[in-house]
Amino acid sequence: MGKYILKRILVAIPVLIGITIIDYAIMCLAGSPLQMLQGPRVSEAAVEAKKIALGLDQPAYIQYFVWLGQLLHGNLGYSMKSYQSVSSMIGSHIGPTLLLMGVSLIVSLLMAVPAGIYSAIHQYSKGDYAVVTLSFLGSSVPGFFLSLLLIYLFTVRLGWLPSSGMTTLGTQSGAGDVAKHMVMPVLVLSFSMAGSNIRYIRSAMLEILQQDYLRTAKAKGIGRFLVINKHALRNALVPIITVIGMEIPVLFGGAVIIEQIFSWPGLGLMTMSAISNRDYPVIMGVCLLSAVVVLAANLVTDILYALVDPTIQLD
Amino acid sequence: MNSESYMQTVIRRFRRHHLAAVSLLVLFVIVAAALLAPVIAPYDPDELAGPFSGAPSREFWLGTDQIGRDVLSRLLYATRISLLVGVMATVISTVIGVILGLIAGYFGGVADMVIMRFTDMVMSFPYILLVLVAAAIFKPGLWNIILILGFVDWPGIARLVRGNVLNLRETNFVKGNIVAGMPLRHILFSEILPNTVAPILIYATSVLALSILDEAALSFLGQGVQPPTASLGNMLNGAQSLTVLTTQPWLWIPPGLVIITVVMAINFIGDALRDALDPNGC
Amino acid sequence: MDEKKMPLIRVEDMKKYYPSRGGIIMHTTGYVKAVDGVSFEIYEGETLGLVGESGCGKSTIGRQLVGLERPTAGNIWYRKDNLDALYRNRKEMRRVRTKLQMVFQDPYSSLNPRKHIYDILAQPMLYHHISDKAYVERDILKILDMVGLPKTTLGRYPHEFSGGQRQRIGIAKALSLNPEFIVCDEPVSALDVSIQAQILNLLKELQKELGLTLLFVGHGLGAVHYVSSRIAVMYLGKIVEYGPAAEVFRNPVHPYTRALLEAVPVPDPGERKTEHRLLQGEIGNSTNPPAGCRFHPRCPYAVEQCRKETPMLCGIAPQKKEGTGGQDRETAPAHMAACPVALSGLEEGKHG
Repeated sequence: MGKYILKRILVAIPVLIGITIIDYAIMCLAGSPLQMLQGPRVSEAAVEAKKIALGLDQPAYIQYFVWLGQLLHGNLGYSMKSYQSVSSMIGSHIGPTLLLMGVSLIVSLLMAVPAGIYSAIHQYSKGDYAVVTLSFLGSSVPGFFLSLLLIYLFTVRLGWLPSSGMTTLGTQSGAGDVAKHMVMPVLVLSFSMAGSNIRYIRSAMLEILQQDYLRTAKAKGIGRFLVINKHALRNALVPIITVIGMEIPVLFGGAVIIEQIFSWPGLGLMTMSAISNRDYPVIMGVCLLSAVVVLAANLVTDILYALVDPTIQLD
Repeated sequence: MNSESYMQTVIRRFRRHHLAAVSLLVLFVIVAAALLAPVIAPYDPDELAGPFSGAPSREFWLGTDQIGRDVLSRLLYATRISLLVGVMATVISTVIGVILGLIAGYFGGVADMVIMRFTDMVMSFPYILLVLVAAAIFKPGLWNIILILGFVDWPGIARLVRGNVLNLRETNFVKGNIVAGMPLRHILFSEILPNTVAPILIYATSVLALSILDEAALSFLGQGVQPPTASLGNMLNGAQSLTVLTTQPWLWIPPGLVIITVVMAINFIGDALRDALDPNGC
Repeated sequence: MDEKKMPLIRVEDMKKYYPSRGGIIMHTTGYVKAVDGVSFEIYEGETLGLVGESGCGKSTIGRQLVGLERPTAGNIWYRKDNLDALYRNRKEMRRVRTKLQMVFQDPYSSLNPRKHIYDILAQPMLYHHISDKAYVERDILKILDMVGLPKTTLGRYPHEFSGGQRQRIGIAKALSLNPEFIVCDEPVSALDVSIQAQILNLLKELQKELGLTLLFVGHGLGAVHYVSSRIAVMYLGKIVEYGPAAEVFRNPVHPYTRALLEAVPVPDPGERKTEHRLLQGEIGNSTNPPAGCRFHPRCPYAVEQCRKETPMLCGIAPQKKEGTGGQDRETAPAHMAACPVALSGLEEGKHG
């Protein structure tokens, strides 16, 4: 087992290095951030000084290695806009994003797992059709459009929920206040994720229900409820783990748009402003972080697989 | 023995899915309307034809936007653009994915390793983040958006094709053609590829749906198709302003509904295709 | 059989090792020795039967002979030419490929499910200029007739045929390139028993009619004996007994051959032997084959020598039968076995 984990980590390393190179190459294609500085009031010499201060006079590959070397010391560089260190910027924005992602993940599983299992057990019933159709709706509605609809309904028409930020300005921010701000972003994120997950869990569950050992269990006279709970659900853990593994990168991406719409003060909002400011170190830091998270999610998924399903070979 | 041809079987199985059949009809109507936009649109989409932010009326069925352009006409042209982006991006990613998947699967070894690691890398970037960064760098615009989406969506197809090729490479009919001395191009394109068309087609429908959604999201954020060209996403952009959101729903609800309808129809069709093309079905 | 005749195919000490990979950083950890030093000849117009349990390397040999894989060591001669050298020349390779064909085991996967039978058969013929557009249909119909299929076959898809019919199409595909030599890789083992005999008869007839040379790979000694003029018995990558079919069948020497023969069902209860010595255990591991004689762990006659020395194939003096002196010359081609224990037993008259 330890050997298997080590092997998976070793495979991930070249991918990670490749990611940093691609990342850096894209940034280089983007052109110089100095263009943003240039203007009639900024002198040539000032631009030149800035260039040297930022290390932009060096060739690209040296800049890359400098950056990589710093990275190994845990230093992601400094924002070109605010001069804050990227790691501290990420540190101060990651909390809200993790909160949003974690709650959305749980809510989406709470929607998808029961719905998927219900649908599989009652295949071809009216309830099944309703669930499947609804799940198609979930994966067909653009998150931002759903957000707009919700804001229109709950903020504009009903006035029940706040539409932006994480806390109400000027008030003592309690947990209830944060929860109120979270309702809509969480609904949007989890609804669109639940869409594809319901169908995935349904088909995985259908496959499990057709297995011979379940037929044997039924034939032995074990009740329907026990068959499903004791025998099928354990095996259904595998697709649920897959779903969680698939959701993490989706969540990361979805957060960018949703945070922008709801002004949720997380990584997504920070990334969008970094993108429009061409704040390279910040963008690279976020890309790297998210790639590491995705790789780690894949790794954890694979390891959990191996733990849950003894028939999966580790080689 | 049945004398039903493959296509007949597929059509028979497809028709069992009523929602998909309806979707096909709906999609056909939308595509036709988009293609015929220059003929059926009541106004020029860029023409300042009426009052500012006019509500729907007999003259302007879906009202007018902030600078007095006809929303219905813009919607027709926007559908055209969004479909174009979706289809072109899907074509590009399918071509890239098929070529890389064929190479990786058939030749194996170093080529396979390099291609698959590269696929892993592209897949590790959160998709939307990658598209946003690329869109910011390459200047937003119609063709850049198509290229970006096309270059981001291929890894799934490459993996799919590779897996299929790996299986097919071991089949006797491919070996039989090697023994018969058939050239590589025949084996790849005449023996292997036709047997992977069905899964590619199914996957491509989901790529198409995703591309349309992504174009919409990008344009909504102002990083996609740029005005004055209308796309379904950038028509929704205006809804970020509170006035539009609260008082002018005719500006943002119709394009949103068109996106949902198109994407849902494509998803239903893809689902029915999955069933209809299933080699083990009946 | 004429000894001076040049063999059509001659295999010289062929080895085929497949690397097995593993470890944290993928590297070769060992080799599966599928074929480990095998030599034999196949003469023009004969059928050599290759028998053994699954996993003994018999199908591997077939794949090397038609060029699907290249042997790790050793040579394959096709008439006067070394196959390896021929394959280096693209033009030669294209010519030789058509001469060496194969009929596959599983007729369900040997035909492209997306193509009409016409395309399956016509494309290779056209590519190799064996026929041209104007005549190809006529040529195909001739071949279909030979394998006993009707005209209507042409416009159909593989899934419309039964296993036996598909195997006929598989044979037609091999024949369509005017081959000299065909490897039949367990061509009947995936078929219903009732169909097996039809296909075996068809192969036998075609061979006689067209003067083909066949390598018939099988695991049932019965079917192999029925179509073959000579038989080679394989165990764990090596040939353990080799000789004329009738001779091997009537007078098996190697204990493994005997065990295989005892496994052949005898239809007449009166002829059944009372004593059945069924083989114990399973075929060994070809990554790490047993030292000495590879069969010794399962052999009821094994002695100390078998654990240490690898036995060579040695000739057996043809057994004389009273009143059939004329057979001596006919059985002259060596009947060989790789079991010194059994051979010495024969000489001393104690064994058997």
